Amino acid sequence: MSATVDIPSQFEIVDRPLDTQMTISMGPQHPSTHGVLRLELVLDGEMVVKCTPDIGYLHTGMEKLFEYRKYQQGIVITDRMDYLNPLGNNLAYVMAVEKLLQIEIPERAQIIRVLTCELQRIASHLVWLGTHALDIGAMTVFFYCFREREKIMNLIEAASGGRLTPSYFRIGGLMMDLPAGFERRVQQFQDDFPKALDEFDRLLTGNRIFQKRTQSVGYISASDAIDWGLSGPSLRGSGIGLDIRRANPYTGYEKYDFEIPVESDCDVWARYLVRMREMRESHKIVKQALSRLKPGPVKADAPKVVLPDREAMKTHMDALIHHFLLVAEGMDVPAGEVYQPIESSKGELGVYIKSIGGPKPARVHFRGPSFVNLSALPHMSRGAMIADIVAIIGSIDIVLGEIDR
Amino acid sequence: MDEENRQEAVQNNQSSNAEKMGTPSLIAAAFQREHPHWTSDIVEALGETTITIPREHLVSACGFMKSAPGFEFDFLADLCGFDRGPEEEPRFEVNYHLFSTKSYQRLRLKVLLNEDDVHVPTVTGVWRTANWHERETYDLFGVIFDAHPDLRRILLPDDWQGHALRKDFPLRGYEPYSLE
Repeated sequence: MSATVDIPSQFEIVDRPLDTQMTISMGPQHPSTHGVLRLELVLDGEMVVKCTPDIGYLHTGMEKLFEYRKYQQGIVITDRMDYLNPLGNNLAYVMAVEKLLQIEIPERAQIIRVLTCELQRIASHLVWLGTHALDIGAMTVFFYCFREREKIMNLIEAASGGRLTPSYFRIGGLMMDLPAGFERRVQQFQDDFPKALDEFDRLLTGNRIFQKRTQSVGYISASDAIDWGLSGPSLRGSGIGLDIRRANPYTGYEKYDFEIPVESDCDVWARYLVRMREMRESHKIVKQALSRLKPGPVKADAPKVVLPDREAMKTHMDALIHHFLLVAEGMDVPAGEVYQPIESSKGELGVYIKSIGGPKPARVHFRGPSFVNLSALPHMSRGAMIADIVAIIGSIDIVLGEIDR
Repeated sequence: MDEENRQEAVQNNQSSNAEKMGTPSLIAAAFQREHPHWTSDIVEALGETTITIPREHLVSACGFMKSAPGFEFDFLADLCGFDRGPEEEPRFEVNYHLFSTKSYQRLRLKVLLNEDDVHVPTVTGVWRTANWHERETYDLFGVIFDAHPDLRRILLPDDWQGHALRKDFPLRGYEPYSLE
């Protein structure tokens, strides 16, 4: 991020403007940059000669903050990174700490984690779909998407009490069990959602203007995609069927039956199709998770890590002591280092935690999929028209909160 | 040797390779056998394998890891720094998290750096995705990646003083920052 913005001399009026290259600054207030991203574009007429992303406007030093907070206090920081997929961030972080602590979490907690994470993935893809279509000029889709997303937000609110910042997962399990009647509400959403998906398909997939705006735009070949570290739907749009849920299964994903959508056109259109099909797959996973929900504990039996129940705290001395020590001093995490990747809605979300023992981590690093995917933007936008840039940004689905951290 | 036999031999060789390269620890052992002087330490903990590599061999080791048959770590998942604190020597670590899109294995490479010589050769020539990761590590830790094509600050402003994730950098600043 540059501190001062020099107005380039190319802004001066010249006699034949199409003969010269012009540098323009797109963002950080541009609506289609999805937050505060600035692109320095060198243009030859309407063609992009060079595109240099400039990030850091939203940098809040979260990774530094982790080092000054106890492990359990770090969960609320993760919510604020990728704010469209906060449960995914929670999951990656708590799983990394659980790996350091070597604790197993109960079956029911795992199923609820999968259930809520897949709902969150649908919600995240709906925001992507709405804003992507809006950038390209289709206004209606945005309202339809947010109508459906609202239903998911209500479900997440019912489970966790928060809409954008749920902090629902805790080290060793969940904050609390699902509320009464939650399954029925999810079932209602499940019944309605395929109709909504068909609606989106009718609005966009067969739309010839949308096809013209997205096909053969933002090309990145399979080998380039791997070289640039693309992951998630952006990689699967280049013909590589890589999904961490399959490659390195976690939270019991190996027990679910779902497909990994792959398209091989390598363009914005392919990435659009992958995400559209992914919502149907997530819908399938939610259905399976619902059918597997059985009563049981949602917290691991680890008194030095998991807060005791209120009832036990009031009646048992040892529970009271554990509660006091856990809140006042935190948990003692053994020294070690772990890297825990998960498949977030945008790609590989990796958490690296280095512990030197004690209640606070020595280093927490987030490998944000948006950060890495955005770094490939200059490669994808070579020779594109300036209007295509907004389509390409939409297709890699970035969230600046995760990029700048 | 006729064609059929040769194909069979190739297949046998491949399958034995695949068996040999089954887990990260076996891969690390094979790597050490292949290039003993490129490995200074192998640590296995919590189901993850870490190979510490002397700085001068980093680029050749990464190139080998990316393309050698049986290894094929073609995807650099993550690159991040760590500061052990000003009183420690070596003070800095740089971690490279590799991933193979063929065998789905993961491996961590580590380089240790002394405070008075925080130079590492860049691996942007091996994986282009290292570009922004190295810029971030430079920005927040002050680790200098030699021969990096565009080593500028990425998250903090260009005129920022100090490196924010070093342990001796305060959580709250010394003075208010202004863009002027």
